[in-house]
Amino acid sequence: MRLRTGGQIDRDTTISFRFDGQYYKGHPGDTLASALLANGVRLMGRSFKYHRPRGVLTAGSDEPNALVELRSGGRQEPNTRATVIELFDGLRAEPQNAWPSLKFDALAINDRLSPFLTAGFYYKTFMWPAAFWEKLYEPIIRRAAGLGSITTKPDPDAYDKGFLHCDLLIIGAGPSGLMAALTAGRAGARVILADEDFRMGGRLNAETFAISDMAGSAWAAQAVAELTTLSNVRLMPRTTVFGAFDHGIYGAVERVSDHLPTPQDGKPRQTLWRIYTKRTLLCAGALERPIAFANNDRPGIMTASALRAYVNRWAASPAETVAVFTNNDDGHRTAADLIAKGVKVVALIDTRADAPKPAGTELIAGAQVIDTSGRLGLAGITVKLANGQTRKLAVGALGVSGGWNPNVAMTCHQRGRPAWDDSIAAFIPAGDLPQGMTIAGAAEGQFSTHAALAGGATKAAQALNDLGITTTKPDLPQAEDAPTKITPFWHVRGDKRAWLDFQNDVTVKDVKLAHQEGFRSVEHLKRYTTLGMATDQGKTSNMGGLAVMAELTGQTIAQTGTTMFRPPYTPVAMGVLAGRSTGTDFRPTRLTPSHHWAKEQGAVFVEVGMWLRAQWFPRPGEKTWRESVDREVRATRNSVGVCDVTTLGKIDVQGVDAAEFLNRIYCNAFAKLPVGRVRYGLMLREDGIAYDDGTAARLAEDHFVVTTTTANAVAVYRHMEFARQCLWPDMDVQLISTTEAWAQYAIAGPNARKLLQKIVDPAFDISNDAFPFMACAEITVCNGCPARLFRISFSGELAYELAVPTRYGDALIRRIMAEGAEFDVTPYGTEALGVMRIEKGHAAGNELNGQTTALNLGMGRMVSDKKDSIGAVLSRREGLTMPDALRLVGFRPKNPQTRIPAGAHLLEKGAAMVVANDLGYVTSACYSPTLESYIAIGFLKNGQARMGETLRAASPLTGEDVEIEIVSAHFVDPEGERLRA
Amino acid sequence: MRYSGFRVLKEALTGHKGWTPAWRDPDPQPHYDIVIVGGGGHGLATAYYLAKEFRQHRIAVIEKGWIGGGNVGRNTTIIRSNYLLDGNEPFYEFSLKLWEGLEQDFNYNAMVSQRGILNLIHTDAQRDAFIRRGNGMILNGADAELLSVAQLKREYPFLNYDNARFPIKGGLAQRRGGTVRHDAVAWGYARGADSRGVDIIQNCEVTGFRIENGKCLGVETSRGFIGAGKVGVAVAGSSSRVMAKAGMRLPIESHALQAFVSEGLKPVLPGVITFGAGHFYCSQSDKGGLVFGGDIDGYNSYAQRGNLPVIEDVAEGGMALFPGLGRVRLLRIWGGIMDMSMDGSPIIDRTHIDGLYFNGGWCYGGFKATPASGWCFAHLLATDTPHKTATAYRFDRFERGYLIDEKGMGAQPNLH
Amino acid sequence: MIINHPLLGPCDAQEFVYKGDASLIDRPDGMADGTDAAFYDYAYLRDNPAGEHRELWYHEQGDRSWLVVTRNTVTHEITSVELARDVARSMGRSR
Repeated sequence: MRLRTGGQIDRDTTISFRFDGQYYKGHPGDTLASALLANGVRLMGRSFKYHRPRGVLTAGSDEPNALVELRSGGRQEPNTRATVIELFDGLRAEPQNAWPSLKFDALAINDRLSPFLTAGFYYKTFMWPAAFWEKLYEPIIRRAAGLGSITTKPDPDAYDKGFLHCDLLIIGAGPSGLMAALTAGRAGARVILADEDFRMGGRLNAETFAISDMAGSAWAAQAVAELTTLSNVRLMPRTTVFGAFDHGIYGAVERVSDHLPTPQDGKPRQTLWRIYTKRTLLCAGALERPIAFANNDRPGIMTASALRAYVNRWAASPAETVAVFTNNDDGHRTAADLIAKGVKVVALIDTRADAPKPAGTELIAGAQVIDTSGRLGLAGITVKLANGQTRKLAVGALGVSGGWNPNVAMTCHQRGRPAWDDSIAAFIPAGDLPQGMTIAGAAEGQFSTHAALAGGATKAAQALNDLGITTTKPDLPQAEDAPTKITPFWHVRGDKRAWLDFQNDVTVKDVKLAHQEGFRSVEHLKRYTTLGMATDQGKTSNMGGLAVMAELTGQTIAQTGTTMFRPPYTPVAMGVLAGRSTGTDFRPTRLTPSHHWAKEQGAVFVEVGMWLRAQWFPRPGEKTWRESVDREVRATRNSVGVCDVTTLGKIDVQGVDAAEFLNRIYCNAFAKLPVGRVRYGLMLREDGIAYDDGTAARLAEDHFVVTTTTANAVAVYRHMEFARQCLWPDMDVQLISTTEAWAQYAIAGPNARKLLQKIVDPAFDISNDAFPFMACAEITVCNGCPARLFRISFSGELAYELAVPTRYGDALIRRIMAEGAEFDVTPYGTEALGVMRIEKGHAAGNELNGQTTALNLGMGRMVSDKKDSIGAVLSRREGLTMPDALRLVGFRPKNPQTRIPAGAHLLEKGAAMVVANDLGYVTSACYSPTLESYIAIGFLKNGQARMGETLRAASPLTGEDVEIEIVSAHFVDPEGERLRA
Repeated sequence: MRYSGFRVLKEALTGHKGWTPAWRDPDPQPHYDIVIVGGGGHGLATAYYLAKEFRQHRIAVIEKGWIGGGNVGRNTTIIRSNYLLDGNEPFYEFSLKLWEGLEQDFNYNAMVSQRGILNLIHTDAQRDAFIRRGNGMILNGADAELLSVAQLKREYPFLNYDNARFPIKGGLAQRRGGTVRHDAVAWGYARGADSRGVDIIQNCEVTGFRIENGKCLGVETSRGFIGAGKVGVAVAGSSSRVMAKAGMRLPIESHALQAFVSEGLKPVLPGVITFGAGHFYCSQSDKGGLVFGGDIDGYNSYAQRGNLPVIEDVAEGGMALFPGLGRVRLLRIWGGIMDMSMDGSPIIDRTHIDGLYFNGGWCYGGFKATPASGWCFAHLLATDTPHKTATAYRFDRFERGYLIDEKGMGAQPNLH
Repeated sequence: MIINHPLLGPCDAQEFVYKGDASLIDRPDGMADGTDAAFYDYAYLRDNPAGEHRELWYHEQGDRSWLVVTRNTVTHEITSVELARDVARSMGRSR
């Protein structure tokens, strides 16, 4: 019910929302939970295992019970805590984990079966027959389990990421956080004050006591107003700092638009902030813990602090008649506040015999609540009096206070281990705190408002003092300074179930059973019973479970220990962690210089690493990709083709020692390569395995251009820098990656030279004599455009690679096509490139797979033993040089029109399909239009000695089994006459 | 005590008074025939099979903390045998076969769920490599299936087929792969070993090895010296630390791998799915949480935690693959320490010290290996010969060049 | 993590690529007699300490320098950052 006055809600504005099919009214400033309570709705959810009816337990982000599905379609958001959903007009939320309805849930039958469904029951049964697990038991369990649901539709909202830097990050804007921010802000420090709530002030907004003669919430508003005027202070409400990471980096999520029906145009739903801090002050307050007693989970039973928060902040009372059950003085505040607001408090039940006497209600001291009634909402409680008699009270709500736990979660993210403090009967921060973190206020166990204010000011001053920033001690406002008076009391003894973990339905009995079965370490307890593994990460449950286990083992709680709090502090949406890196923006896209031209030609593109490359260029009338590719290959081999090969890595190597440097990087010799010549080079990793291949062109005595494969461009450059800086730091050699500085085209085919002669400026003689195979030069083209020309061939044809500065790449391809028209120059894509290299038996990524050696690749003799090059020594190991080592060979099918599947394994004809008969595998395969036959290359044990033999290429995975002949991998022009023409 | 549905019924009706501890809490004896160092999945499985299959007696498992607290309790629960290389595949297939009968064997429901594992294909080269792998699996007696995009769309309609940076071009499925309730594996083996007389000694840290004349005589512990005929070390994550006490340097680095679980959801993901164009794999637990992971953080670490870049990278992979995950909330992040070996494959071998045996280097593949690792280590400890599926897992393979490098990344552990 | 680059100041570790133990600087001479064992040790064996670790990071998205970072593998605390080239020279490496 809504109280007539009070609350930090805008009573002048009424907004409409729907829950569980019913329409309700609320006000701005409400949460879904407060609005539902104001409308008399206590039942908001069902528990995980027993499907017990549940209402709110808390008024904050630690809520384990009131979980709903918010919104619908791609925006459907399961497991959303009604206690933190900011009410907006038109809000829609549905109950979850209940069927057919929240009020009548068929799986509530589990509650009746609870004697069978104790902790870990599933480990002991469902084992017979074995096949029934996947078919019967598991589907039933899976359907019953889970909480909310998603629609699997794509999330339509955007998420952003950003970086922030500050001197002092203050986490939590309660009294200590605000006081710290004032202290640091006034000193001019760069301050970030983040709070998960939409209204800053923390508990001040939920309490009635005064600060300096004004309401606590008014003082908070005044502090926020002052902080707003300070340009060096960034206030971040609706922002949850969720994790402490190394070196003072924090992760935070700002809920930019969650309080709106949909995000405003151009705005994200949420933003992930990475906050780089010099110091951090944790002012995260404390969380009240419940007491376990029989049926303590009915809707209407909540923490005493939540009860008074609803009444004070939201003017919403869950019932007209309430009671309070406490073991400490703080519960008395709830009673007093409720009475002051006109809510009828029938009794204050205090476990302490010497409890102070409250005004306006009956004190039942030395008593315990031993049971409750009410199916879908609390109707009454049974109290066991100090004299042993019982008494029943009719109440619609019960506030329970078992004391407060400092909110230490974030202090554990770097393996900090909280320490037990007897004086407040709770864990306080200790151990390895995140770098630069200090703690103030209730989070360090200082529970009075005065202590929080003072702590905030002092700790902020200390943190800034470390940074050399001087602060002025603020005048602390007057505030209550009540001592903490608590007698630990964890659970009421009894035979009925008393809940510890509300969401996961872990009761005191379950902890007892875990103890009985030997699961006594806190981690075993957690894992066996699922205690603390709910969406609140044990904030409301761990302490109670630990206390019960400590009691059972006869140890203290300190000896029993605590489990780790792991990030995130509260659950974080996957969308915000991914930010904008979704869909086609998952990774950047690199485009080749000829991309736009190729697109105009209707090219089909393929992803090659980050690059998009033209795969083939379909022409009108071509029905299959094969038709296009075969045409491109034939045209190149018969006349001339052109292909953008810019993606190959290019590394400029300069310096007096450049030749010697390459001599050590490549396994083959480079020192004596003449200027104006190119050499094929094979790089090994230090472990002797083939790493990468390419060419090195010597443009001058002290200048080489190295090419790498597309895939390894980045890694090879890194590797060369390592060698340069770490292995031979005094070599006179400089490296720079020029992959993106030069657009490079392969021009291949019998007419390649004729075409090039029309483009290369006349001053440069590129005749076969002047510019033979493996020549290179710096030239000009198209009337003075600087260029580099390399006579190298991947296709096996007379071929060149021509490079121009990238900005001329588009112009050059258009010029090549125009000048080549008389030769019917044909652009070819990566498919034709691949076909021609297989026809030539060149190794590429499928062969250079990081598992093969120079020997495997047929280049064993290239590894020089006359010099010290990377990988040479370990390449000579026994296991890599066995006589029957795999060798790269070619395969032709017995029937030329039968495909050889890449990935097939090689076996003798008639041999059984078992691994003992495995002789090797097919790496690359294609249809060769040149040979008018399918062909393939691959690795065969002792392959060089098996030429002419017939084997099988078997691929049971694809249902293929092909008879093949072993041939040389050099299918086309094995003597290399064409490329020297 | 034998667990059964009948027993659960009986106890339910009699107030659960009859359940006894799943394992004893014995004090260490002065001497055992075999001491296993490390009460994780592999150590407990080793002890179990030593007692059950190899009829060994007087066995102890020594654990520094609480059993199952290492990687068996902090992994992403996947089982599979979809390996490429002959040094690995028979071993992992042996392991998968053991998983298939494990629950009946040790009388504990570890929820072995063969719901299938799927590796997605995004490029032609990847398809070639997966076909080679799938054929290798079949040659080794495992199951493998190549799925077309059309088949994938039927089974996983919610993946990103139309708006992807790296479109899905197919998948390699192993239907017998799946998931297991990880903690239950440790508990099942512990209970099975304990019931066969194995002493499981928790809160007992090994502080050194007593080695005389090249022979290991036992272990020094925080609870005193424990003599042993043979000592087997199975402490993956801490292998270098422990073996350094025996003066050994290993071909291993320790790295942190983060793992993740979402809030509980009604069933949405039928099997295990692995993105092929980013670091992301995911399954859904029986409780409803999406369990997922990605790449290691990449720098040597003994801290059981990681940093934001990898968390974001994993989320990006998840969203790229499954755009409907946006509103699913990540509930918990944790980290485990991986023994990253120099070729990405494990070691189960004798050491140069007589009586000291080693099992480690599991990288992030240790969980699925648990049964076979235990069995093969037990075989080695009991017979002094390697099990036929683990003959390649030798220490000297690095020196002699018999590498088992599935990923082809060479001697840099963080790349495996 | 944040790496305090000796030339550029504090940089996010995400800008760097990790390689491994700084002992990788100390590559044996490939032409020495019996160098196989030294290479096996160099390429494969690691101290892998739980504690202070000198390790190689490469500022790939920065100035491309290789750094030797001294970092605690248990706490991740970084206590020193040096240019790997200087370290290599101090170890006697030259050409």
